[in-house]
Amino acid sequence: MALKDITLGQYFPGDSILHRLDPRAKILLTVFYIVALFMAKNILSYSLMFATLTGCILVSHVGFRVLVRGMKPILFIVVFTAILNLFYTPGEGEPLVAFWIFKIYWEGIRTAFFMVLRIMMLISCTFLLTYTTSPILLTDALESLLGPLKKLRLPIHELAMMMSIALRFIPTLIEETDKIMAAQKARGADFDSGNLLEKAKALIPLLVPLFISAFRRADELAVAMECRCYHGGEGRTRMRQLKYAGRDYTALLLGFGLCLSIWGINLLGVF
Amino acid sequence: MENPILKTEHLTFSYPTEDAPKVILDGVDLEIQAGAFVAVLGHNGSGKSTLAKHMNAILLPSGGKVYVSGIDTADEERLLDIRRTVGMVFQNPDNQIVANVVEEDCAFGPENLGVPPDEIRTQVDAALRAVGMYHLRDHAPHLLSGGQKQRIAIAGVLAMKPRCVVLDEPTAMLDPIGRREVLETVKKLNVENEVTVVLITHHMDEAAQAGRVIVMSDGKIVADGAPRDIFPQVEMLRSVGLAPPETVELMYELRKEGLDLPLDALSDEECAQALYTLLSR
Repeated sequence: MALKDITLGQYFPGDSILHRLDPRAKILLTVFYIVALFMAKNILSYSLMFATLTGCILVSHVGFRVLVRGMKPILFIVVFTAILNLFYTPGEGEPLVAFWIFKIYWEGIRTAFFMVLRIMMLISCTFLLTYTTSPILLTDALESLLGPLKKLRLPIHELAMMMSIALRFIPTLIEETDKIMAAQKARGADFDSGNLLEKAKALIPLLVPLFISAFRRADELAVAMECRCYHGGEGRTRMRQLKYAGRDYTALLLGFGLCLSIWGINLLGVF
Repeated sequence: MENPILKTEHLTFSYPTEDAPKVILDGVDLEIQAGAFVAVLGHNGSGKSTLAKHMNAILLPSGGKVYVSGIDTADEERLLDIRRTVGMVFQNPDNQIVANVVEEDCAFGPENLGVPPDEIRTQVDAALRAVGMYHLRDHAPHLLSGGQKQRIAIAGVLAMKPRCVVLDEPTAMLDPIGRREVLETVKKLNVENEVTVVLITHHMDEAAQAGRVIVMSDGKIVADGAPRDIFPQVEMLRSVGLAPPETVELMYELRKEGLDLPLDALSDEECAQALYTLLSR
């Protein structure tokens, strides 16, 4: 079963510099990186982005294999984007290949290549964030970064709380799904054969008990949280306080520098 | 006598159904002294869990009053005071753990109470040490055993420094090893941390370790006393759908055959000793 392969939102504990950076700094760095990624237009800027990412992955000790495994579920999107770009990018001059209604230009290959690279690097850098930051820290950081929006009466604390509880229950619910599946298989349920519609139908006896149990869990959890004096974000303190250190400022400066250099490369218009 | 930490005055609880309202608790008068270890026994549907939920204002009485160290639980203004005085541990450890890291979960209660960060740290460390889980403080709870998870849940309550802990069938979903871990922890809390313990259970052997046993049936208290006084009442226990401890049962059956054996031999050792004395006569 592929349930165990889902690594999205999973944390690999470690002690690298990336693990130790302030989670808020890491989120901002990821944002910087994504901005830079979308500004990148040519080989030089892409190489710079690629080198930065490779450096970060090496430093994080997460390992390329884990990243590649995490990338599997989005393979379809990558291939789809590549094909679309390959065929639908109009180019000047003669097409490289032309058959029936399809024409492939040099520009198409170029765009498809860069697009795939861009998506892969985008996914990798966000994975790197979740791999090196514990979900709790991540939600803390989000709550802290989005804190100013509380003034606009947006329920930031509640959102952060919901997110951290959702993350907390992912393994529990996966385990439960496995159990229900085994129970239904033991009674002759067939999840693997048939066409798409039959497969979808076969999921009903899996989803119904799963949902019922999830609701029951939610109910019990709510009571347990009330018992532990939970009453919303007001007057709540945190055991772990987020503090920016020197390395966080350095990292943020470097991230900003990356954006600037990509912008600079674009201005120079080299390659 | 010291002011009781928990007190109910003619507590009734019912909820409306299509015909007549269904009565769950029917006039419960109860006083629990600070520092006591009380077990509440009862068959399914006897109202013991409902009683537990009244002890920290999760449920409010339909009639009568509940006082937690003198505070009426119906007083909404004092809700947090009530809940920090009486902590509650439930049956399913998975459904009461909030965070993905043991110590973060433990900190949840004190965080809600607005305790300063440094103090939370000391309270959390103390609570985790008290349940023997300090060495696993940075683990993910879902990777631990049932008994360990339940001990984390207890630590999460302890970190709020409650004066009383109510445990609602905390061992029902655990294997024998987990059950022993949890029970040892609970006993230790009562003795070393001087926390009042109310243990809701249907396991006789767990109740036998308490200082006082309350037997419930149909929303009423049918017996209340020391284990040594309660368990020999084999007919009464059977009439409310409970099986007496195996040791007592053995003594009871042998007595029926005309053997001269005491009924209050609760532990295996006492039981063996009684048999030995009889046989060597």
